[in-house]
Amino acid sequence: MNQTTTASLAPARPPARRRGSASTARLLTQSGVVAGLLVFAALTSFPVVVVVLSAFSPESEVLSWPPNFIPSRFTLENFDGLTARIPVFAQSWNSFVFAAAVTGLSLVFNSLAAYALARIDFKGRYAIFTVLIAIMMVPFQALLVPLYELISDIGWVNTYAGLVIPRAADVAGIFLLRQFFITLPRDLDSAARIDGASELRVFWSIILPNAKPALLTMALFHFVNNWNDLLWPLIMTSDSSVRPLTAGLALLTGSATGVAPYGVMMAGSLVAIVPLVVLYLLVQRRFIEGVAMTGMKG
Amino acid sequence: MTSVQPAYRAPRRLGGSRMPPDRSRQIARHERGRALRAAAFLAPAVAVILAFVFLPALSALRLSFTDASGFGEESWIGLENYATVFTDPATLRAIWNTVGYAVMYGPIVIAVGLGAALLLNRKDVPLRSFFRTIIFLPFVISMAVASLAWAFLLDPNLGLIPYWLGKVGIQMGDIFASTTWALPAVTAVAIWKNFGYFMVIFLAGLQGIPRYLYEAAILDGAGAWRQFRAVTMPGLRATMTFVIVFAIIGAFQAFDQIYIMTQGGPDRATETIVYRIYTDGFRDFRMGFASALSYVLLVITLALGLIQLRIGAKREKDLE
Repeated sequence: MNQTTTASLAPARPPARRRGSASTARLLTQSGVVAGLLVFAALTSFPVVVVVLSAFSPESEVLSWPPNFIPSRFTLENFDGLTARIPVFAQSWNSFVFAAAVTGLSLVFNSLAAYALARIDFKGRYAIFTVLIAIMMVPFQALLVPLYELISDIGWVNTYAGLVIPRAADVAGIFLLRQFFITLPRDLDSAARIDGASELRVFWSIILPNAKPALLTMALFHFVNNWNDLLWPLIMTSDSSVRPLTAGLALLTGSATGVAPYGVMMAGSLVAIVPLVVLYLLVQRRFIEGVAMTGMKG
Repeated sequence: MTSVQPAYRAPRRLGGSRMPPDRSRQIARHERGRALRAAAFLAPAVAVILAFVFLPALSALRLSFTDASGFGEESWIGLENYATVFTDPATLRAIWNTVGYAVMYGPIVIAVGLGAALLLNRKDVPLRSFFRTIIFLPFVISMAVASLAWAFLLDPNLGLIPYWLGKVGIQMGDIFASTTWALPAVTAVAIWKNFGYFMVIFLAGLQGIPRYLYEAAILDGAGAWRQFRAVTMPGLRATMTFVIVFAIIGAFQAFDQIYIMTQGGPDRATETIVYRIYTDGFRDFRMGFASALSYVLLVITLALGLIQLRIGAKREKDLE
């Protein structure tokens, strides 16, 4: 029998069946599967297509009944409306700084900690690891109130530090990197240690270069999660000097009186998704593998 | 050499049979040295986690017994906040809404994710990577943006969906103004955004099922459904456990789409626990009460997490 039968939804085909009908059945299932996938893909991408089309659609058409799927002409007036309402470039920059700083810091801090837990043989390692696992189950949302009070006591509300520092390390990240570091073969670093290499040197020139896939996955997730985050920026930023774009857009819906400024919001949405979609398309294979590998939260 | 010891084992006495006894002091010094080096590597991350997770968690516990408002004096009021959480109809409603959201979200997002994974796991599907890319795309987009897009699509006065449905004779009206349909609607948006994620987890799980099991099932004359029941489902058990608990925990943290699409309305029909933590704490300045609600969320999440660990441990035992 050929390969297709190994898939879980393969048609029932007794081995003795004749060739002609088998390939007909196969063609039928295959087209059924493709039809199913087309429906999935259409349902999935439809809202994204609508965002793109209405972002470039004249405002009068966005706010008209009956609605147009395809605009009569393409225009940038929604983007003018967007820049008039919110400082979109500044907020995109804030999103970038926030996401990139969290990504950079947490890669450094998490990988250092994960290295200690995976490759240094010290007493208390398991105790620390167990405590970290317990902390991993504390939902971030449960800490919002005291975190806000803490940040405001330090005077970090409306600062990059207030947004970034509390996220500079995370238990889930340490956990996943530790799991990865453990799988690296022991021979890799034992030779270097025998030659007298320092712990930091082993970490930097042996473990890290070999952990590139895990680090890249972590980086992608940190960047995407923080770029997309809403609740934390909403609480930590009350003025727009450091407010990231997601929070800026969310507050735009609240500011609307009567009909929401959809054309403008679709333009803003497009600005918010383009960098991530580009990033995703560049590294999509890695990204999907990364999700499967780590099972990480989004 | 002590440093050749595998670090992934439990710390072992190094003065064992391989070492002469007179080296034991040297070895103790080595161990201390390792502990110090480990501490140095752990310090930055541990400092952040202590300051911004551990201490706030303690602080939330203390706040939950006070009438803290974020300004001025706060006084100890014992269990009053917790009593309110479990007696105030509006708060109870938020808890039930969250449960209802989880009950709708979990099974559907898992079923749809599994369906997509089964379709995409077939070797004979053309354009597989294209489909994977498209279907996974919403996961990369923020829930905030997804919510804006869906609010626009479903707007009764401007949206394409009410318009198209109207053309085929279905009047859907303002779905976000309906106390019956608003919660399912915000849930549906979350399903749309996240099912691609579940698809990928299931794809990874499916690839772990050995092919010979299917070949054996086919030789035994098993049809598609029988193969699914007898081979695929058992093979996905571990994945399934993870995915279920993960979906529920995610559902208990729903916020973004509610903030943007319904603001908890109509008539509190879409208020969730996290939405209430946000509005009580940061709009109405009932920090003490919001902290009590936070602890309720924390306990629910911990319980679910522990169930996951317990099931996971049991499964590992079964496999041995």
